[in-house]
Amino acid sequence: MLTLLQVELYKIFKRPRTYIAFIAIAALIGIIQLGLKLDGDAYVSFVMNNVEQSFVFQGNLLNGYLVCYIILQLLLVHVPLLIALVAADMVSGEANIGTLRLLLTQPVSRNEIILAKFLAAAIYTLLLLVWMAILALFVSMWLFGTDDLIIQKTRYLVQLSRNDVFWRYIGAFGFALLAMLTVAALGFLLSIFADNSIGPIVATISIIIFLTILSTMSIPIFQKIQPYLFTTHMVAWKEFFDLKVNADNAAINGTIQNKQQIIQSAGILILHIVVFIGIAMYAFKRKDILT
Amino acid sequence: MKYFKIVLLILVLAPAAKAQDETPLIEKLKQKLNQVHEYVATGKMKTDVAFIKAPVGNVKMYYQQPNHFKLVRDGGISILPKGGISINMNSIIAINNYVALSAGNAMVDGYSTKIVKLLPMNENNDIVLTTLYIDEKNLLIRKAITTTKENGTYQIAMQYGQYSNWGLPNKVIFTFNTQDYKIPKGVTLEMDEPLTDADRKRMQQKNGRVEIDYTSYTINKGLPSGIFN
Repeated sequence: MLTLLQVELYKIFKRPRTYIAFIAIAALIGIIQLGLKLDGDAYVSFVMNNVEQSFVFQGNLLNGYLVCYIILQLLLVHVPLLIALVAADMVSGEANIGTLRLLLTQPVSRNEIILAKFLAAAIYTLLLLVWMAILALFVSMWLFGTDDLIIQKTRYLVQLSRNDVFWRYIGAFGFALLAMLTVAALGFLLSIFADNSIGPIVATISIIIFLTILSTMSIPIFQKIQPYLFTTHMVAWKEFFDLKVNADNAAINGTIQNKQQIIQSAGILILHIVVFIGIAMYAFKRKDILT
Repeated sequence: MKYFKIVLLILVLAPAAKAQDETPLIEKLKQKLNQVHEYVATGKMKTDVAFIKAPVGNVKMYYQQPNHFKLVRDGGISILPKGGISINMNSIIAINNYVALSAGNAMVDGYSTKIVKLLPMNENNDIVLTTLYIDEKNLLIRKAITTTKENGTYQIAMQYGQYSNWGLPNKVIFTFNTQDYKIPKGVTLEMDEPLTDADRKRMQQKNGRVEIDYTSYTINKGLPSGIFN
């Protein structure tokens, strides 16, 4: 199994396509950081316009923690597309170049092959998120310094003390990994049914875009189905950045307002991963390999 | 007969109008507060606004005559009501050209106070009207309601302790009106969360409060240079 995994990882990192995602993330984060460094105050002023009519903020509002939050908010919607590029190619890519039949002549079960391939895609996803964390969080902290994190939620504004933020990012990135693994599992599942890479990649991207739009639209009929869409639960990483208040409405450091939501959303995402991979294993076992 | 009535009215009201002038009381207060040329105070600030979740923070206040005031959160970002928090008693009393009129008496926190309406004569002043509740016996301002041109109306309640001889409070409760807050879900990209009864009650609150508990004052010992720049 370990050898299989090593082989699959070798295949992933041998392809130039794999590095597109790393380069794209570095470029996007770099551009956002440059823009905020040059004209970040205007951006913050625009975003905080709603509150700045009544309140004055003193301190380093545009600090590394806020920059990382802005980047995550922007990128975690788009990173699934980059993950689909690799995950949706895992099986279909082999079918396309005609190596799948050869692979199955090896003395390993189909389930082992599928698990090794998915694990390799999961490791790629993990590395992509680690890369993102290094650039979005650590580089931003170095460039913009640290201070309290102020976040605008739909109904209220949250101020997180600077010494109460870092662990939340660890939790948020951990949750983001689950969300991205769900995308990887979906792409992987679709790649079982195709003999070329383009189809499953485009299908995965289309499904993610379609469901994300449904998840974010505040139209009552869509709101009824939103809890059942996995894309709705992918944004639950934001729950790490909300805290409880005491009877005097003072925020309590180290707390999470809606811990139950995080657990529930994580459970739903894990269930999706298991179901997608389960179906993939079942389908692959019954698949008539012709290429 | 008509002229006789007018003259009689003037004769009756003139002494009363003179009695309403509270300028001497304000001047006495000014003298007391003018003992403080500058101070650095430390304290804890608690923000209670329906749509803000902020932790209690350590703050440092810097004041210099006549009306320089700065509040800095010790390590962190401070969220302050616009314009209002800089209105402290020293800066209100620092107005030179004013009319002070008596408006009766009232009890504040168990202290008998005289209500004085303070009207700045300078039309460019941001403060339009201040109602002071003055504890004449101890020569302390117990409560003040200030109406400004730009930033609405604020109420400042003060509690005194060991620094009462300087006219400086141990606790200040600052109350102000807040506006509604709502950002579309499409912008924040959040999940829908059901509102609890406690949340709903909290959201309906239209007044905001900032409480500052002063722990220490360093009076007339100088200030860090450039602190108000």
